[in-house]
Amino acid sequence: MWKYALILCVLLLGAVYAIPNIYPDDPALQVSGARSSIVQDSRLQNRVLRILDEAGIQYLSSEIGEKNLLVRFADNEAQLRAKTVVASALGDDYLVALNLAPTTPDWLVNIGAYPMKLGLDLRGGVHFLMEVDMEKALTRRLDVYASEIKGLLREEKVRYRQVEALPDGSITVTFTKSEIREQAVSVLRNEYREFRFEQSEDDSNFYLKATLLSATLKQIEAYALQQNLTTIRNRVNELGVAEPLVQRQGGTRIVVELPGIQDATLAKKIIGATANLEFRLEAKQDELRSRTEIYEFRNKANRQGDVRVEKDIIVTGDSVSNANASFDENGQPQVNITLDSKGGKLMNRVTRNAVGRGMVVLFLEYPSRVIGTEVVNGKVVEKRKVFEEKSIISLATIQTSLGNQFRITGLDSPAESSELALLLRAGSLAAPIYFVEERTVGPSLGQENIDLGVKSVQIGLLLVLAFMLLYYRVFGLFANIALTVNLMLLIAVMSILSATLTLPGIAGIVLTVGMAVDANVLIFSRIKEEIKGGSAIQTAIHAGYERAFQTIFDANITTLLVAVILFAVGTGPIKGFAVTLSIGILTSMFTAIVLTRAMVNLTYGGRAKVKKLWI
Amino acid sequence: MSELTFDFMGKRKIAAVLSIIAIVLSVASLAYKQLAFGLDFTGGTLIEVGYKVPADLVSIREQLSNAGYESPMVQNFGSETDVLVRLAQGYTPEVGEQVLSTLSGNGQYEVELRRSEFVGSQVGEELREQGGLGMLFALGAVMLYVALRFQLKFSLGAVVALGHDVIIVLGLFSWFQWNFDLTVLAAIMAVIGYSLNDTIVVFDRIRENFRLMRKGTSFEIINTSLNQTLGRTLITSLTTLIVLVALFVFGGELIRGFAVALTVGVLVGTYSSIYVASNILLALGICKEDLIPPVKEGSELDEIP
Repeated sequence: MWKYALILCVLLLGAVYAIPNIYPDDPALQVSGARSSIVQDSRLQNRVLRILDEAGIQYLSSEIGEKNLLVRFADNEAQLRAKTVVASALGDDYLVALNLAPTTPDWLVNIGAYPMKLGLDLRGGVHFLMEVDMEKALTRRLDVYASEIKGLLREEKVRYRQVEALPDGSITVTFTKSEIREQAVSVLRNEYREFRFEQSEDDSNFYLKATLLSATLKQIEAYALQQNLTTIRNRVNELGVAEPLVQRQGGTRIVVELPGIQDATLAKKIIGATANLEFRLEAKQDELRSRTEIYEFRNKANRQGDVRVEKDIIVTGDSVSNANASFDENGQPQVNITLDSKGGKLMNRVTRNAVGRGMVVLFLEYPSRVIGTEVVNGKVVEKRKVFEEKSIISLATIQTSLGNQFRITGLDSPAESSELALLLRAGSLAAPIYFVEERTVGPSLGQENIDLGVKSVQIGLLLVLAFMLLYYRVFGLFANIALTVNLMLLIAVMSILSATLTLPGIAGIVLTVGMAVDANVLIFSRIKEEIKGGSAIQTAIHAGYERAFQTIFDANITTLLVAVILFAVGTGPIKGFAVTLSIGILTSMFTAIVLTRAMVNLTYGGRAKVKKLWI
Repeated sequence: MSELTFDFMGKRKIAAVLSIIAIVLSVASLAYKQLAFGLDFTGGTLIEVGYKVPADLVSIREQLSNAGYESPMVQNFGSETDVLVRLAQGYTPEVGEQVLSTLSGNGQYEVELRRSEFVGSQVGEELREQGGLGMLFALGAVMLYVALRFQLKFSLGAVVALGHDVIIVLGLFSWFQWNFDLTVLAAIMAVIGYSLNDTIVVFDRIRENFRLMRKGTSFEIINTSLNQTLGRTLITSLTTLIVLVALFVFGGELIRGFAVALTVGVLVGTYSSIYVASNILLALGICKEDLIPPVKEGSELDEIP
């Protein structure tokens, strides 16, 4: 008896969790503040609604959520028009994003029942895969180390001949005498645990080679990836996309998915903008030429002339944790910069002795273009030419020794300060990233895919149901009920797991429909055989289920095995297919074995003598 | 339906010849024509655009060439108004927009961007490798499982049958140069799962009959088993095919390759479950002894009363 109760429970739960999927989403507009200080309240709501009324755009309803203001529309057209109107009216203080708002009734939401998430190919949107240039991350870090080492040696009055960072991940310091080298070794060994030191010499010079430990290398890579991840997340937030996905993939790649984005080009420009910063001292008048370089201003309009800058780098963009535009005591625009603790120390060490001198902030851009492919070690690799463009975005006089919090004042206008802050924030990227993969699905295609997918499932299902009824009659009816329940359970499980439905996922559902019948067929054929072999009806039914279970189990487990491997090996849409297939197999095993058995028992169980079996 | 006794094994030599011819042709096609790899595997740029009226492919190609794009590939995609443009060039963020503006000829034609994809050739190469590895891994896992649940000879039979199916499906795709992308690969892996499903059901019956039937050569036992499972095999294949045909006809262009691969796979898989797997079993000289679980030495003595 309890078995029936259990089955009923499962069915009910399944039904409840599958229902949300019937409620279609509303196209909606999501308005939130660009900074946490800006609150979404009824004033904002009134303002937005007024804007819509004035533009003559009809809306369904609006509500204030905990994170944002939501306004619903009847169709996509209204939604798009609304976005343009509201975004331009509200300005930069607010983020206006497109979203699909669920219409699940409250009582369902309260028990945690949501509709399934739709993949990009069904929803429309953009998918990027980006790769972090680890080589660049390494060289940049080495450059900073080299500058640091030079500074330290000079402080300790160790006269080195040259400090050079090499592409193999090491720094070579050259000395004229071995005693000087000894000095250097004792100084550096204490300060720099990240290196392994080797000494060598040739006819004229004594060398000290510092190689990064592999543990440190890994750390640098992990840090570069993490930095990029954070920066991209911030940039994605600025786009104001609802439910974006930013994740690492493997050790060097980042996946970005932006559902519902209509303007993919803008998204790419914002996310892909690779940049970095270098803080350097302006060169003294009598500085050796070989120790300096000349740079131009990035914004050529305001100033003329180039600036001679020292080659040594004080800190780079990855030490910058934040940059804000604000106003000082006199109401003048300024930019507040925050460095991390290591950066702060370095900044302090340099600016201590440099009060009154100028400090320059260089902005590095790396527009990269693919110029072909080549084969390296048997692998096809893209040949990419990276052009490095360095230009000055700020030249300010150092008033006091700086630490990890300082500000740049004397800017011309609030516009200039906010632009500088923006550039500083954009530049705080540890290593350049470039796009390796991109997919855009226009929203109309997404909708079309859903329609096609749903239609084929419906038709396929109907055909199979008809066939089963014709061929197996009453038992066919049982099988059909089991099949429909199977589908419902499949949808419910996917909704509970928040699995994403993709187009191949729909194909997986379709396949499950076809294969789910299999288990039932096995059982019924068995039963038919037993009856033919002369068994009593009841025994035949019993034996049928007994015997068939083995086979069903073996056969389904193997398909499950393949589905799991597919899940592990595949990406994106393929994963979606593997998920639906796996879940489908499990639910079909359940319904075929447990459910039909229960139904058969209910119908034929009680009666001792069953004359004929409609099978 | 089960009254029909068909002498499957009697025809097995013909079947073997057929299979071998099919495999040889497939391998030859794969070697010379190779597979028409989709964007996922080759890397490059792909843009799908929709026109309001049937599109003139030739003039589109011209427009693109004049704009400076090297050897663009232009084809219809599902209907006369949808066009697929494939470019081998490297990636720039604006390529989708640029192509769109080139094709619209400054507002002359109404074109809508439906989707754009770019895959770096590095990623494409990786996917190729991963796909191949995935398939090998699946085959290996399957072989292990069958060897454990049944017996080594069954395992060999199953793997050969699966390999047979995969090669023929790939051969067909190569021969007709149908687009081979990630979804097709997923379909092939589904075929592996499905065909295996079939094969195991047949094996199960063979195993049972070996234990039950007192007399009969291996030949006869296998024949009987096949006849007994024929009903079930056909019905399951039929229902799956019904559903696949629905997918093929109504599922839209993106899923078509998937549906084709699966349909062919199911057909070939059904055939291989009947002929190839059992053929191998027979060839390896399967007999009753293979299926008897190993008996401990001591217990022999105890049996004698």
